[in-house]
Amino acid sequence: MALNIPQASEEAHAGSAPKAGADLAVVAKKIEGRSPWRLATQRLLHDKASMISLSVIVFIILVAIFAPVVAAIVGHGPNQQFYAPIGLNANGQPLGPSSHFLLGTDTLGRDILVRIAYGTRVSLIVGVLASVISVATGAIVGLAAGYFGGITDTLLARLMDWLLAIPFLLLAISLVTVIGPGLVVLLIVIGFLGWASVGRIIRGQVLSIREKEYVEAARSLGAGPWRIMFIDILPNVIAPIIVYTSLLIPVSIVAEASLSFLNVGIPPPTADWGAMIADSQSVFEYGAWWYLVFPSLALLITTLAFNIFGDGVRDAFDPRGGQLFV
Amino acid sequence: MNAETTATAPEPAAGDDVLLRVENLVKYFPVQSAALFRRDREFVHAVDGVNLEVRRGQTLGLVGETGCGKSTLARCILRLYNLTSGRITFDGRDITKLKPRQMRPYRREMQMIFQDPYGSLNPRRRVGSIIGDPFAIHKTATGQERKRKVQEVMELVGLNPEHFNRFPAEFSGGQRQRIGVARALAFRPKLIVCDEPVSALDVSIQAQIINLLADLQKELGLTYLFIAHDLSVVRHVSNRVAVMYLGQVTELAPVDELWAHPRHPYTDALLSAVPIPDPDKAGQRERIILAGDVPSPISPPSGCRFHPRCPKAAPTCVERDPVLEPRLGDEADHLAACHFPVEDGEDISKSRPTISAEDRVIESGLLGSA
Repeated sequence: MALNIPQASEEAHAGSAPKAGADLAVVAKKIEGRSPWRLATQRLLHDKASMISLSVIVFIILVAIFAPVVAAIVGHGPNQQFYAPIGLNANGQPLGPSSHFLLGTDTLGRDILVRIAYGTRVSLIVGVLASVISVATGAIVGLAAGYFGGITDTLLARLMDWLLAIPFLLLAISLVTVIGPGLVVLLIVIGFLGWASVGRIIRGQVLSIREKEYVEAARSLGAGPWRIMFIDILPNVIAPIIVYTSLLIPVSIVAEASLSFLNVGIPPPTADWGAMIADSQSVFEYGAWWYLVFPSLALLITTLAFNIFGDGVRDAFDPRGGQLFV
Repeated sequence: MNAETTATAPEPAAGDDVLLRVENLVKYFPVQSAALFRRDREFVHAVDGVNLEVRRGQTLGLVGETGCGKSTLARCILRLYNLTSGRITFDGRDITKLKPRQMRPYRREMQMIFQDPYGSLNPRRRVGSIIGDPFAIHKTATGQERKRKVQEVMELVGLNPEHFNRFPAEFSGGQRQRIGVARALAFRPKLIVCDEPVSALDVSIQAQIINLLADLQKELGLTYLFIAHDLSVVRHVSNRVAVMYLGQVTELAPVDELWAHPRHPYTDALLSAVPIPDPDKAGQRERIILAGDVPSPISPPSGCRFHPRCPKAAPTCVERDPVLEPRLGDEADHLAACHFPVEDGEDISKSRPTISAEDRVIESGLLGSA
């Protein structure tokens, strides 16, 4: 193919100029693209607030994974009841924090520390999985509605509007009451009710991307609609998808805790923060503050950590000046 | 680029073997109206009866103002739109009514190079993936084989094959256009529609891309439909040129013939608008300045669409639609759609239209030039 075509004289070096003394052969071997992902990751790593909250999240994940280890160290199982006088006082009420029970006991004499550790599992599993279900459903529906347009778009958009108009708790309670409590039901309920807001955002983005010339180019090459949606359009909407996932996790965690608080969540005796908070109401007036405070603190810290990290992820993809926490 | 140079396109192929034939192509777009039901819907007459032939191995240039329907015509030919009516015959086969699935094999043989080097490449995909798209879509090569073919075509257009993994943002405008050319060339198509491929580029880069396209045509035997609004560029690359106005072809001729003997007043005006580098010569010539702007394609003028702006307009022009045919004893391949074509040596800047005031565009002081 020896054509005398003038080589493109303007070279885009774009920061890949090798340093003096570097091995040119090595540099020339693989020219990496400077992807938007790398830039976003760099920004995220430099955000102190995000990194602190990320370490808290990692700690929480470790607690969830090693909850049995915590139980073994302390010597109490999560559902192991200790009767008077070890776990309960003479009146049958919970005991406060002591060297024996670091965070006190609950109404049935169980170790609150261990139950909080096991409760982490439920919160994380439901939080993360429900968010993923929400975002995946919302993304697919948003892509289809935005790309196909016409009657498909009308139907799906109205469906999303309808779902957004329904109060979440009422519908969740009804569904769980009808179907029966359980982890999978909870996942479906929380995941299914959250996808509409994601779907709307994605649909809006797709409507504008659909008109771009590279989509037209893909059509002229003979690409089918699903290929265009997933290979050409999706990478351009992946940023809001990731941001939404990270912001939806704390929402899902709180939703799960709320449902458990209302006794339509994970059924007892599984350790669950929401259930513990609900249970603590009965003994709070007798002075058992620890039963209310510690699970609430756990919920608060987890939600806060995910929220701050989610903000950090959003800023990493869409940086603005003047951030509050450097 | 010197406007005086003759076309560098290759000699006409043996026989006039027609690769693409467009017959009476009509494309109307409905105008979205606020009312729920409208009795008489309005349409944008984007393309209103175009007849063209593109011969194998040659380049047909298509010029016209913005909004004359060139890009719509290109997309209709590539079946990115469905036609309102008309027929497209590609390589002897009628592709007008094919469904998308039936159209897929033809998409390997006809490709498009887009105008905007910044918009026509997906910013989130690597260049190797973009160029390899045709292979992936048609499932002809995978993995290492695909990479090899992509790098082969990158070299063909003058890109460094090692930039396989870069993103479009890391390339300059000219290089991006080369990427677009590479993507179009992946399957060595028979026909390439170039929709203003150099309009968005710097003049020096334009020269590189045009030379690239010319070299590729020689090497691979490509056929081009070259759409542009820059006449100097079109003259350089085309064998034949079609001039479009408001959705119709007003003149169609071999390139040198068009420059030497323009028949349609619109063509004459366009040619007089081409800048001449020499200021002395530029000062001497008579500019033919057309009054007003292109009318709205929603309600095109009656008869000859050019009559509101034509310096030679007569009542016939308002009543009868001129047919695209040879005029004034021209050869069979020089067609013009005009009732009063421009004779050799006629200076239409001295002409005055003889139609009534309401059919004419009047702007103070701008009717023809003094």
